[in-house]
Amino acid sequence: MRNAEKSITVCFAGNPNCGKTTLFNALTGARHKVGNWPGVTVERIEGTIRCEGMSARLLDTPGIYSLTSYSIEEQVTSRCLAEDNVEVIVNVADASALERSLYLTLQLLKLKKPMILALNMMDLAEERGIHIDCERLSTMLGHISVIPVSAKNRTGLDALTDAVFDRRRYRRPDSVAFREEYSYAEKIVHECVSRRPDREAGEESLCFTDRADRLLTHEIWGVPIFFGIMALVFFLTFSVGDFFKEYLEEAFAVFLQAARSFLKQTGTDPRLISLVTDGIFAGVGGILLFLPNLVILFFALAILEDSGYMARIAWLMNETMGLAGLSGKAFLPMVLGFGCSVPAVLAARTLDNEADRKKTIAAVPFMSCSARLPVYVLFSGIFFKDYAAPAAYSMYVIGLAAAVAAARILHVARKDGSEQALLIELPEYRSPDACTVLLSVRERVREYLMKAGTTIFLASVILWFLMNMGPSGFAEHATDSFAAALGKLLVPVLRPAGLGNWQTAVALLSGVLAKEAIVSGFAVLYGIPDINLPAGMAKLERILTESGFTFVNAYALMIFCLLYTPCIAAIAAVKKETGSTGFTAGMIIFQLLAAWIAAVIVYQAGSLIF
Amino acid sequence: MRLCDSEAGKTYTVCSVNTEGTLRGRLEALGVCKNTVVMILNRKRSGSVIIKVRGTRLALGRKITEGIMIRRA
Repeated sequence: MRNAEKSITVCFAGNPNCGKTTLFNALTGARHKVGNWPGVTVERIEGTIRCEGMSARLLDTPGIYSLTSYSIEEQVTSRCLAEDNVEVIVNVADASALERSLYLTLQLLKLKKPMILALNMMDLAEERGIHIDCERLSTMLGHISVIPVSAKNRTGLDALTDAVFDRRRYRRPDSVAFREEYSYAEKIVHECVSRRPDREAGEESLCFTDRADRLLTHEIWGVPIFFGIMALVFFLTFSVGDFFKEYLEEAFAVFLQAARSFLKQTGTDPRLISLVTDGIFAGVGGILLFLPNLVILFFALAILEDSGYMARIAWLMNETMGLAGLSGKAFLPMVLGFGCSVPAVLAARTLDNEADRKKTIAAVPFMSCSARLPVYVLFSGIFFKDYAAPAAYSMYVIGLAAAVAAARILHVARKDGSEQALLIELPEYRSPDACTVLLSVRERVREYLMKAGTTIFLASVILWFLMNMGPSGFAEHATDSFAAALGKLLVPVLRPAGLGNWQTAVALLSGVLAKEAIVSGFAVLYGIPDINLPAGMAKLERILTESGFTFVNAYALMIFCLLYTPCIAAIAAVKKETGSTGFTAGMIIFQLLAAWIAAVIVYQAGSLIF
Repeated sequence: MRLCDSEAGKTYTVCSVNTEGTLRGRLEALGVCKNTVVMILNRKRSGSVIIKVRGTRLALGRKITEGIMIRRA
């Protein structure tokens, strides 16, 4: 029976962190981001499931606790459910916390749409000795289909697919009479859920999560532990990255040599050779060599998100964020900012009101994203030697402080005096899923490579031309080039910050395209293709030191790079999410000013002391 | 007494939820309503608490915990 004329539209709905996206990925083969904290999905996701020649459109939605929507991401879900063409709702519920999940289920029943209840995380429920009588549950919920699944172990997926495709089994739920959702939910749990007797006694004793939380959410020790974990991550980023660098060094040197001699032998124009080696290889290659450092950081972020620790950070930072009138929940987008500002800005959707969202969005770009890491690795490596890791770590702490300060300034300036209360669910800890972590790392690496191949490539080519062309055609000396002319315009402004040479100015300017382009900029402008390798670093050190550039200048540069205007991708995200050109422009100016003032203070104070 | 004045490790029953605006509805959806039994897992001096309720854990800030009246279970 082919049914191609009209495909079915299925909408997922369920509590945050009950595994909707994991189930969606398992059914559609998609690889959307999942994590063990509430609020990973903030947009509606579409996919297709196929079965025996039929296909269905599947909508995944951000998690909701009830049909009343408060925040933007919850409105996304409400709108999705209300769409006319949604033929069947798949209510995904966490079988290990059924009573709470049923609250939403009972509300969804009132929509009177065909509905299927997918009891997810059955593996976890069984592990805890929880048995659910699905038939009884179905009866008590107006005879909707109840299907136990485990998205993680991929069990029950066929049964769910069958139920979705079998239109004949669709039925509007019978009306279920109840006065209060929770009293009925309690009744259902009482009648349908049984626990193995041997586990019953253990219920009150503290499980692993509770024991771990005694330390990790401790009022005094919790915050130092968080900063300790952060420090550990960044030290690993440096040490392990350096380990790989030795191997990359040889490979890249051989490659560069081979490319040069090949181009020479084929009689290529020297200018073209220069474009390829000093422009493209220097710019793009310079960035690629940082991949080992970044992979470590990506791993750490993925583990953080999948372990369950993420939501605890909201609890730990609640009082700090209170300074800006925000709850600790606003800190989660900021943590994502350690990876990239773009998804972090989007993640601010989980906040309840416009004012909070704007404050958080203004704070996010100050968090040191992974694109800024190459700058720290390079400059702290050259000028801080053995203290490179602490110097770079300080950037993360300063960025965090600047982010909170920016939100605080906006809070005070607006005089809204509002104060948000923390309200977040803390999931169980679990050992991070290897597959999820690897996929997340792979996705971030892919994005990084894409960026190297597009934005950085383009920036490198443009820089090379600016560098080699002048008002009178090809420039003999770099000082006659357009790049020098452009850079010299900015030199007077940057001089008080110890960044008064035109190459630095141009590199910083190209950093607006993408922050990694600052490193590419130095590589292209000084013609050092192997900028991340000891030989290249030594060369850059020699050149910069000759012009009087010391570690104080380097620190000022790192500070400036940390705080100044985010890259165009982040600016676009801010513009889109706030819908306000004024806000976006204001933010850019504010960040430029903040960066300049901070760099000037660092340079002037540093020069006095050292 | 109020939830913000509770003691970690003890179990309480919610008498009433008197929070402002939309919070009441949110808390109800999360399972915190009249007669719910909550266990205090953690408490900061600021009055923020982590509670165990209906098999899940919730972190609540002071502005919420001030408005929830409880009695020892």
